Amino acid sequence: MDNHKEHIKSFIIENFLFGDEKKLKDDTDFFSSGLIDSTGILELVGFIESSLPVKVNDDELVVKNFSSLNNITAYLKLKLNSNSN
Amino acid sequence: MCGIAGILNLTGQSRQDVSVLQRMVYLQRHRGPDEAGIYIDDTIALAQSRLSIIDLSSGIQPIHNEDKSLWIIFNGEIFNYPDLRNYLISKGHSFYTHTDTEVIIHLYEDEGVNCLQKLNGQFAFAIWDNNKKSLFIARDRVGIRPLFYALHNDQLVFSSEIKAILSLPNFPREINLQSLDQVFTFWTTLKGKSILNGIYELPPGHLLVAKGGRIEINKFWQLPFSSEKTEHNREKLIADLKELLHDAIKIRLRADVPVGSYLSGGLDSSGITSIVKKNFNNKLKSFGIRFEEQDFDEGEYQQEMVNYLGFDHSELFIKNTDIAKHLKSMLWFTEKPLLRTAPIPLYLLSRLVHESDYKVVLTGEGGDEIFGGYNIFKEAKIRNFWAKYPDSKLRPLLLAKLYPYIFKDNRLKDSLVEFFKYGIDEPSNPFFSHIIRWNNTSKIKAFFSSELEENLNSYNGLDELRTDLPADFNSWNYLSKAQYLETTIFLSNYLLSSQGDRAAMANSVEMRMPFLDYRIIELMCNVEPELKINGLNEKFILKKVFKDLLPQRILNRDKNPYRAPIKQGILVNKELTGQYLNRDSLKEYGLFDPEKVRLLINKLNKFEKASEVDNMALIGILSSQIIYNMFIKDFNPDYSGMKQFDIVFDMRT
Repeated sequence: MDNHKEHIKSFIIENFLFGDEKKLKDDTDFFSSGLIDSTGILELVGFIESSLPVKVNDDELVVKNFSSLNNITAYLKLKLNSNSN
Repeated sequence: MCGIAGILNLTGQSRQDVSVLQRMVYLQRHRGPDEAGIYIDDTIALAQSRLSIIDLSSGIQPIHNEDKSLWIIFNGEIFNYPDLRNYLISKGHSFYTHTDTEVIIHLYEDEGVNCLQKLNGQFAFAIWDNNKKSLFIARDRVGIRPLFYALHNDQLVFSSEIKAILSLPNFPREINLQSLDQVFTFWTTLKGKSILNGIYELPPGHLLVAKGGRIEINKFWQLPFSSEKTEHNREKLIADLKELLHDAIKIRLRADVPVGSYLSGGLDSSGITSIVKKNFNNKLKSFGIRFEEQDFDEGEYQQEMVNYLGFDHSELFIKNTDIAKHLKSMLWFTEKPLLRTAPIPLYLLSRLVHESDYKVVLTGEGGDEIFGGYNIFKEAKIRNFWAKYPDSKLRPLLLAKLYPYIFKDNRLKDSLVEFFKYGIDEPSNPFFSHIIRWNNTSKIKAFFSSELEENLNSYNGLDELRTDLPADFNSWNYLSKAQYLETTIFLSNYLLSSQGDRAAMANSVEMRMPFLDYRIIELMCNVEPELKINGLNEKFILKKVFKDLLPQRILNRDKNPYRAPIKQGILVNKELTGQYLNRDSLKEYGLFDPEKVRLLINKLNKFEKASEVDNMALIGILSSQIIYNMFIKDFNPDYSGMKQFDIVFDMRT
C-alpha cells in the first residue's frame, strides 16, 4: 500500500505542485489547501484508474475518499481488498 | 478620440524640447492618426494626436480659450457638449471651433475643477492655466479613457499610454513586482498602479492639480452605493430606464462619422443594437466575433438578431492559431500581463471595423456590472444563503443552477461543493463575493521564482484593497459590495482597458458604452438588489426594459461570459512558447521558476482538458515574459516614420 501512496504522491507533486514537494504531507487536505480542484479530481481519478486495477464508482467519488493522501490510501486499501476477495 | 502627452517642469524653468513630445506622440499614433499638435512654453509642453470624429476640419488640438490663457489637450468625448455649448454661449463665451474640446475649456474657465460634475462622457484631458501656472488633469468616472503619469527629473510627465513615458531619455524601466502580484490575484492591477515601477495611472473619477511644484490628487466621483434601503415602483423604474437608455444611446450617436455597433449575441449588445436600429439608424452596421472553438462561439445568437432586425452584420472568424499569432501585438497595446486571451479577438475585430471605414462603435460594456448580470453576483447570493446554515447539504446545490456545465458531471458534485465552501464561515468578510475567485487565481503565484517571492516580502494585495474601500462599505447589501468590487477592479482596469480602449484604439477605433452613462449608473446604484437579481434571474429589470425589443430566445438565454481559448490558442505555437518559456529566458528575467513552468507545459500537453487555474498560469506567465521582453529588456521603438507636428503653438521665450 505504501507503494501506491508514493505512486500517487509523485503524480500529485508533479502535476499539482509542479515539483514543490514540501507542500504535500500525508494528511494535507487537497480541498481546503486549494491543491486540487474539480478538474484535478478527474485527472487524479483518471490516473488511479489507468495505473491501478481499480474502477472508482460514482458513489465513491466523495470528498472523504479523496481529500488527502492518507484517505486515498485507506480507500484504495478497502477497494483492492474487496477486489481480491 | 486621441492620444495626449505632456511634460510640466515642477521646479523653475528649463527649456522644453519639441522632439521629446514628438516621440511621445509618435508612439501613440494609433490613437490619433489624423493630425497632431503641440503647445509649448517655458514651463510646459502639451501634445496631442487626433482621431477626428467631431468637427473634422477645425478641431485640431491644443485648443485655447478667448485670450489664450488656457490650453487643453483632450482624449475622449463629451456627449452632452451641445447643451453645454449653448449654456456657455448664453453666458457670453465665444467659440472658434465646433468641438466638444472647446466646451471643456470654457466650462473650466467659469467653474474650475467643478466643471467635471457637468461633463457626461468618456475622457482624459489636461488644461494648462497660464495665468495661474496651474495644470489640471482629469479622468472620466469609470475609467474608459486612460491616463498615466510619472515624476522624472523634476518633471511631471503624463500620457495616454505607458510607452510614451518610456520614450523619455533615461527613464528607468523595471517591473513593479507588487503590480505583478496583483495581476496574479485580481486579473489586473489595482487602482492607480501600472505594471512598471514609477508609472502610475490616474484612477477613474479622479483629478490631478499641479501648481507651484506641488501635486494633489483628489476624487471627484465614486459609485454612489449606500446602505439606505429603497423601494422603487417597478413600472416607473422601467419607464425611467427606457428614457435614460434611449438618451444615453442618442447622445452617443453624435459624430461626424458613421457609428457602428458590436454584437456578441448576448442581452446587452443585442438590446443596444435593437434600440439604435429601431429609433436612430435604419442602416446600422454591426460587427461580431465567431470562434473555431465551439465552446466559445455565439454565432447562432448573433444570427438570430440579424434575422430579427435585419441589418448589415460583419463576422470575424477566429481560429485557435490567431490567439498566439497576435498575442505579442496585443500586449504592445495592453501594456500589462493578461490572465485571459479574450482581448485578442477584440483587437482583431477593431481592425475589421477600421478596414470597414468605421471609427466609432457602440458596445454593451457595463451592462453586467450595473444591472447585476454576472454569475459571481448570484454566487454571492447563494453563498450568503448557504452561510446561514453552513452544514446544509441542499443549499450549496443551488450553485448547480449557475454552473450547470461543471455540475453536470455527478461525480464532481461533492468536490465542487467543497470548492465553493471556501470562506463560507466568514460572510462578513468584505470580499466574501470575490474571495473564491481571488483565492483560486492566487494559486498561480506558485510559479513565482523564489527571488520574486522574497522581494514581495509577504505583500498582500487584499490589505491594499481593504484600506481603499469606502468608509460605509460594510453596511452595504451583498450585491452592492460585489458590484463595487467588480466595477472598480475588473471593469475599470481590465474590461475597459486591456479588453476595451486598448484593443479598440490599437486600430484607431473608439468604443462608446451607453450602459456606462453616469446617469444610468447613479440610478441603478440606488436600486434594491431584488430588482437586479430576482431569485436567480439576473438583470431582471433590464430584461423588462428590453422586453419588446428582443426575441424571446435572446431575452431568456443564460448568461454566457465572453471568453477566448487559452491552451488551445497558445500551445499550438511552439515558436512563441519556445522563445519566451525556455529555461534561459525564464531564468534571465527572474520572475518565474523555470522547472515549474516546464512541468506546467508537460501537464498541459499531457491532459486533454486544462483546468481554469492551469490556463491562467499559462497565459499569465507567457504574457508577463513578453511584457518584460518588450518593455524592459528590448524597448527600442523605431522612430523612423516620425513626422513634424501639424500645428505648433510655440510660446517659449
